[in-house]
Amino acid sequence: MLKATVYVTIKESVLDPQGKTVQGALQKMQFNEVSSVRIGKYLELELDTNDRAAAEVRVKEMCEKLLANTVVEDYRFELTVVEEG
Amino acid sequence: MSKKLAAKEPTVEQIRDQKLYKQMAMTDEEYALVCKFLGRNPNYTEVGVFSVMWSEHCSYKNSKPILKRFPIDGPKVLVGPGEGAGIVDIGDGQAVAFKIESHNHPSAVEPFQGAATGVGGILRDIFSMGARPIAVLNSLRFGRLENDRVKYLFEHVVSGIAGYGNCIGVPTVGGEVMFDESYEGNPLVNAMCVGLINHDEIMRGVASGIGNPVFYVGPETGRDGIHGATFASEDLTEESEAKRSAVQVGDPFMEKLVMEACLELIKSGIVIGIQDMGAAGLTCSSSEMASKAGNGMELHLDRVPQREDGMTAYEMMLSESQERMLFVVEPDKEEQAKAIFEKWGLHCINVGNVTDDGRLKLIHHGEVVGDMPVTALVDECPVYNKPSAVPAYYTANASVDTNAYAEVTDLNNALIKVLSSPTVASKEWIYNQYDYMVRTATAVPPGSDAAVVLVDGTRKAIAMTTDCNGRYVYLDPEVGGRIAVSEAARNIVCSGGEPLAITDNLNFGSPEKPEIFWQLEKSADGISEACRVFGTPVTGGNVSLYNENAKGAIYPTPVIGMVGLVADIDHITTQQFKTAGDQIILLGETKAELGGSEFQYVIHGVTEGRPPQIDLAVEKALHATVLDSIRAGNVKSAHDLSEGGLAVALAESSISGRLGAKVTIDSALRTDIALFSESQSRVLLSASPANVEAILATAKANGIAATVIGEVTAEANIQVTVNGTTAIDTSVAALETAWREAIPCLMQ
Amino acid sequence: MNFGVLVFPGSNCDIDMFKAVRDVLGENVEYVWHTETDLSKFDCILVPGGFSYGDYLRCGAIARFANVMEALQKAAAEGKYILGVCNGFQVLTESHLLPGALLRNNNLKFNCYQTVLTVENNETPFTTEYAKGQEITIPIAHGEGSFYVNDEQLAELEANKQIIFRYKNNPNGSVSDIAGVSNKAGNVVGMMPHPERAVKDILGSADGAAMFKSVLNAWREQHEQKVSR
Repeated sequence: MLKATVYVTIKESVLDPQGKTVQGALQKMQFNEVSSVRIGKYLELELDTNDRAAAEVRVKEMCEKLLANTVVEDYRFELTVVEEG
Repeated sequence: MSKKLAAKEPTVEQIRDQKLYKQMAMTDEEYALVCKFLGRNPNYTEVGVFSVMWSEHCSYKNSKPILKRFPIDGPKVLVGPGEGAGIVDIGDGQAVAFKIESHNHPSAVEPFQGAATGVGGILRDIFSMGARPIAVLNSLRFGRLENDRVKYLFEHVVSGIAGYGNCIGVPTVGGEVMFDESYEGNPLVNAMCVGLINHDEIMRGVASGIGNPVFYVGPETGRDGIHGATFASEDLTEESEAKRSAVQVGDPFMEKLVMEACLELIKSGIVIGIQDMGAAGLTCSSSEMASKAGNGMELHLDRVPQREDGMTAYEMMLSESQERMLFVVEPDKEEQAKAIFEKWGLHCINVGNVTDDGRLKLIHHGEVVGDMPVTALVDECPVYNKPSAVPAYYTANASVDTNAYAEVTDLNNALIKVLSSPTVASKEWIYNQYDYMVRTATAVPPGSDAAVVLVDGTRKAIAMTTDCNGRYVYLDPEVGGRIAVSEAARNIVCSGGEPLAITDNLNFGSPEKPEIFWQLEKSADGISEACRVFGTPVTGGNVSLYNENAKGAIYPTPVIGMVGLVADIDHITTQQFKTAGDQIILLGETKAELGGSEFQYVIHGVTEGRPPQIDLAVEKALHATVLDSIRAGNVKSAHDLSEGGLAVALAESSISGRLGAKVTIDSALRTDIALFSESQSRVLLSASPANVEAILATAKANGIAATVIGEVTAEANIQVTVNGTTAIDTSVAALETAWREAIPCLMQ
Repeated sequence: MNFGVLVFPGSNCDIDMFKAVRDVLGENVEYVWHTETDLSKFDCILVPGGFSYGDYLRCGAIARFANVMEALQKAAAEGKYILGVCNGFQVLTESHLLPGALLRNNNLKFNCYQTVLTVENNETPFTTEYAKGQEITIPIAHGEGSFYVNDEQLAELEANKQIIFRYKNNPNGSVSDIAGVSNKAGNVVGMMPHPERAVKDILGSADGAAMFKSVLNAWREQHEQKVSR
C-alpha cells in the first residue's frame, strides 16, 4: 500500500488573509522572527496500489482535477510505503 | 477507523461495592431504586442508561414540580410539552412548531462546536415533528466583553451559530445578547427554532405496532459526547475543561441531507414515529419512543453504524454523535424508506424492532447486555422537591433607594455611555455573520423589536422573539418572570403580531441551593401569571441548571421564546422613524424605576434595589392599544421601551430611521430618572399627524396613558427638553457612532 | 420560457431562485436534481447558492463533478442563458465556465448585508433592463466571495467587457471591486450578490427583479426572431 500526502497552499501571488491574521497574532505574542505565514490544506490518501509510477500519475491528476484549484492554489505531494494491516 | 480499544468495564459487583454509579452522578437511593426495578444489580451499560435517563436534562427530576405550574393549554395548541416541539395553529390548516434549547455547558468548554451543535439539535427537534424549519433565533449571555476569555467565547459562539445555520440554509433572524459579569465562565447559549407545518403532517416520536422495524439514519456513532446529558446537569468546574471529550462535533452538511430526507420521508406518509437522537442519544430516543406507545424495543447494537473499532454497548447507547435520527415504519414500507434516503446519499439501517414486553432490550455480540423496563427509565425517576429559601440579598435590597443616587446632569454623555454598553449597542457585528435572508421570507431582519418571517403563499407572517432580563429576575424573580413574558409579547405586538404561545429556557444555578430553588420557583410563578393573562401557553422548553462559576450562580435567566401571528403583511411594523413631521407618541407611564436598569449598571456600576414593577392587566391593555392602532393603519413605527428607557428608544428609532427627534416632556421625576427609568408597559409610536387623534382615542378606550411628546425631524439631531430645560441635544451621527462601533471596537 | 434550478446536495438558495422566477416572471420553473444528464428542455439554467457538498475541500469544487455539469457545459456552448449566484458562481468558476476564483473574504468572516452594486455592462442577457452605471441594492451572504484574477486576466476581462457588476464599497477584497462577471460570449453570468433575494420591497430591495426580466426579454427577442424567419 502507498500513502499520498498532499499539501495544497494558496499561490505566492495571491493574498492569504488567514495566513496574514495568524502572522499578526504570532507577532503580537512576541514571535517577531515570523516574517510570513501561509495556510494550506493537508490531505492523506491511502492508495490500494504498490505501483509508485502509476500512483504518481494518478495523484497528480487528482490534484489537478479536484484537490487543488490551480487558478489560485499550488500543490505538492509525497508518496510513502505503508505496511499492510 | 481508529484502533482505540475499549477500556475494560467494571463488573456488576465492582459497581455495587465501589459505588461506581456515583461517578455517573447517580445517588445511593437512585441506585437502590434501579436494583428494585430490575430485580437485580445493574451492569455497567444499564447504570449508564439509567444515569442519563435520570439526569436532570432528561428527567427534569428537580424542575418537574416547577414546570407543573405553567399553563399549557389553549385553543390554538395542537401539540404541547413532551414532544420534540410545541405546535400552535395559525389557521388555514397550517401551524408553527417551535422550541428553545440550551447548549450552555458545551459552549463554555468548546464554544464553536458547542454553539453549532446547539443549533443542530434544535433544528432536529423541529423537523422530526415534520415541520420545515423557517428561522432560528439565539439568546446569548456572556461576561463583560473587556475580558479576553469572554471575547474568545463570544467570537466562537457567534461563528459556531453562523457556521451551522448558514450552511444548512435556515435563516438566523433574531434573538438577544446581554453582557454582565454574572455570566463570566458560564455563558448561556440558547437556540430557538421555528418551523412551519400542515396540521395533517404532524409527527410524533412513537414506536407503535409490535414487530415494526426500527431504523437508524445519519452518520456513524462515535465516542463523542458520552455523558453529555449528565455533563449538562453538573456544576461547571475547572475539571470541565478536561472533559472536552464530552463535546460533540457538528456536520451541518450531513444535517441538511438528513433534514431533507426526513421531511421527504414524512411527506410520503409512511412514517409511524420519528425522533432525533439528542441528549443521551440512542438511549433517550429508543426508550422515549417505546414509552409513548406503551411498548418495548429491542436493539441489535452490532448493526449500529460505528465510527471506531471496539465500541462497547455502553458507549453506543450513550454516544451523542450528532445528526442521527431513529424512526419506525411498517415492514412493507422498508424499501420505500430506503430509496428516499439513498436519493440523499444516506443509508438507513434496521437496528431493531418494536416489542410488546415494555422493555428496552439491548443485544450485542449475541448476548443480552441490557434489559430494562421502559417505564422505569422514562417515568419512574424520583422527583425531588428541593427546599427553597428567600436569599439574604433579596431582603437587603428592599431598603435600597435608587432615587438617592447623585443626579447625573451631563445627559448627552450618559446617553452615549449607555448606547455604547454592549448590551444596548448595535448587534450588527453578530448578525452580519448570520445568513438572515436565505429562503427569501425575512420581512423584518435582526435589529428591530421582533423578527418577522413571511408565510409563503399567504398574506400572513410569523413574528418571533426571545427575551429575558436576568438582572430583573435576580432582583425579584416573580416580577422578572412576568416582565420576561411581557417584554416578549410587547416585541411581538410592536411588530404587528398577536402573541400566540411561548417556549421557555430556564437557565439557573444549582437547585441544591435553597435560594436558587427559590428563584426558580418564583420566576416560574411570574411566567405562569403572565402567560395566563396574555393567553399565551407554554408549549415546551428546556431546563438548564447548575449554571455556576467560581463566584457562584449566574443571574437567574428564564429566557422566553415567543411566536406571534401577523394576520396581514400590511401590519408589519418596525422600530425606525419613517417620515419627518410624524408625531411621536409615548404610551404608558414613566415611574422612578432604576433598579436593574442599564443606566444603573453603566453609570452607577451596581445592580440593586427592586426591578420595575408591572401590572399585567395594564400590559395587556397596552398590547391591545398598539395592535389595534397598527391594524387600523395608524402607526408608522413602534418600539418597546426596555434597556435604557425612553432615551435609548428615541436614539434607536432615530438612528435606524436616519432621522432626528425633537421631544418635550413634562415630568414630576428627576430628569435623569425620567429619561433612563425602565418602567414597564411603555411603547414609543410615531404616526402621521392625521392619525394621532385616532391613536389617542384607542389608548383612552383601553385605559392607557398616551402623550404626544414630540416630532420626527429631518435634521438628524435628538433634542429632548424636560420641564422647560434642554436635557439632551446631540447629533444622531454622534450617537450612531457610539452605538455602532462599541462591539467592533471591543472585538478588535 | 423554461427555467431550471440545479439542486446539489447542500444547495440552499434553490427555493429562493425558484420563487424569484415564479413571483417575478410567472414562467415555468423546475428543480433539476444533480444526477440529471439532459438539460435540453430549459432555456435558462440557474445555479443557486448554498453549500454544495458542504463546501468541504473548496466551495463548488465537488459539485463541479456532478452528472448534471456535463449537460451544463453543453448548454453553455449552445448559448443558453446560465446564471450562477454565490455558491453557483463558485461552481461555475471551478468548472471553468467563468474565469477567476473565489477566495476567503479578507475579513475572514461570513458577511450578510445589503450592498450597492454598479452595473458595468448592461448588454448581457441578464442586464439589459438596467442602465449602464446604474446603482442597485443587492444583498451578499458569503464567507468566500473574494474574486481573484491576476493582472493579465483582469485586463482581458476589461477588454472583453466581461465585468458585469462592481461593488461600490468592496465587502470582501475582490480584485478591482468585481462582484459579477460573464464568459466571453456573455451568455454565462456569475455573481456573489443574490439578485434572487432582492425581488420585492418587503425583502429589503426589488432591484434584482430586473435580472430575471432581462433574461425573459432576451429569450423573447431571440424566440420571436426565430419565429419570424
